[in-house]
Amino acid sequence: MPMAANPLGGGSFGEALAKHGLQLTREETRVLQVNVGLACDLSCRHCHLEAGPQRVEMMDRDTMDAVIDCARRFRFQSIDLTGGAPELVPDLDRLVRSLAPLTDRLMVRTNLVALNSGEGSALCELYRELGVALVASLPASNAAQTEAQRGEGVWGRSVDALKRLNTLGYGMPDSPLRLDLVSNPSGAFLPPPQQQAEQKFRSDLSRRHGISFNSLYTFANVPLGRFRSFLERSGNLEGYLAQLADGFNPCSVAGLMCRYQLSVDWRGRLFDCDFHLAQGGWYGGEETHISTLAELPAPGTMIPTADHCFACTVGAGFT
Amino acid sequence: METYYAPKDLGNFAEIGKDAPELAGKFFAYYNEVFTEGELTEREKALIALAVAHTVQCPYCIDAYTRACLEKGSHLGEMTEAVHVATAIRGGASLVHAVQMRKIAEKLSL
Repeated sequence: MPMAANPLGGGSFGEALAKHGLQLTREETRVLQVNVGLACDLSCRHCHLEAGPQRVEMMDRDTMDAVIDCARRFRFQSIDLTGGAPELVPDLDRLVRSLAPLTDRLMVRTNLVALNSGEGSALCELYRELGVALVASLPASNAAQTEAQRGEGVWGRSVDALKRLNTLGYGMPDSPLRLDLVSNPSGAFLPPPQQQAEQKFRSDLSRRHGISFNSLYTFANVPLGRFRSFLERSGNLEGYLAQLADGFNPCSVAGLMCRYQLSVDWRGRLFDCDFHLAQGGWYGGEETHISTLAELPAPGTMIPTADHCFACTVGAGFT
Repeated sequence: METYYAPKDLGNFAEIGKDAPELAGKFFAYYNEVFTEGELTEREKALIALAVAHTVQCPYCIDAYTRACLEKGSHLGEMTEAVHVATAIRGGASLVHAVQMRKIAEKLSL
């Protein structure tokens, strides 16, 4: 069945799906991804949300309450807190404490640097107390590529934060406290195969810094926001988009995260994923607040697509 | 400006098979097998290829293996060292022939 008019205008991705006899439809919703705001202490050059220190958009207490209420109503297997830098949002500790008992797995995405502040340090203790899983951004196992993407001085502060997390038990063998790393390439090229990259990260971080972690995930950069601006400025946009489309892997579609999750922004508005959130493509085609969500999307419901979806289906895919 | 080398030409590499498909097929099958992980990782092989690309000074190869090295997880420091290995061998190959020069000069000289 061909897709209806696409609010995001993603014809070519739709064509790629159709060419392989595929549709992008929802499965049972298991994950609630909560983007608590765009404030961040870094201005990473690949950020699809253009988060940074100048951004003031942050989730308020009322919206947090609506998120907590939603989590109580639907009991998601996993709740994924992201930003921006979640650590900068006032009352994040209250949100974390409230959500932890309402899900099997609460995870927080961190840029690592934000954990070095006083508030960040206190949050680390809270995360440990509640068994919160941490997913830390680290583009490379070397300073040059890390700082090219994330800013000067970030490498040392990231290493310090990882060492402290290890001290707390995160990412250590035989510890239940999970520390996973996420690596996005520091430029207009695709990420290395995940297994190879994980071996290299493990070897480099262990040998040079004594750092331990659980798993590494590699993801392609999404051509939105600040990364798209870089692609345009550097003359890489056309080539990068072609590379994403050429690398379309039909086997990745079944596991795409958008099939299993709902995404909510700092105002409580719903999206299919964080990338549609960045582009302003509503869940269900119209603005919907999480407080009014009466039921989870039915399996089989079509998911709107856009050209940036190619970033999730290249190589091993974004799952 | 017209030039013998254009980056987009690299994408036409497969066209060399048009008039000799069997030979091209064998070459590309061998080529792909060479770069598959074996005793060496794909990342290590890409670094070797980058060094050799600089030795043979093939712009197509430098373009292809710069990207390949980055996409296999190497960084510019490693890639630059690989090129220096090629440079050292290439320079050393010139310098070591000075042994011949010295031998001949000694034979000719009082």
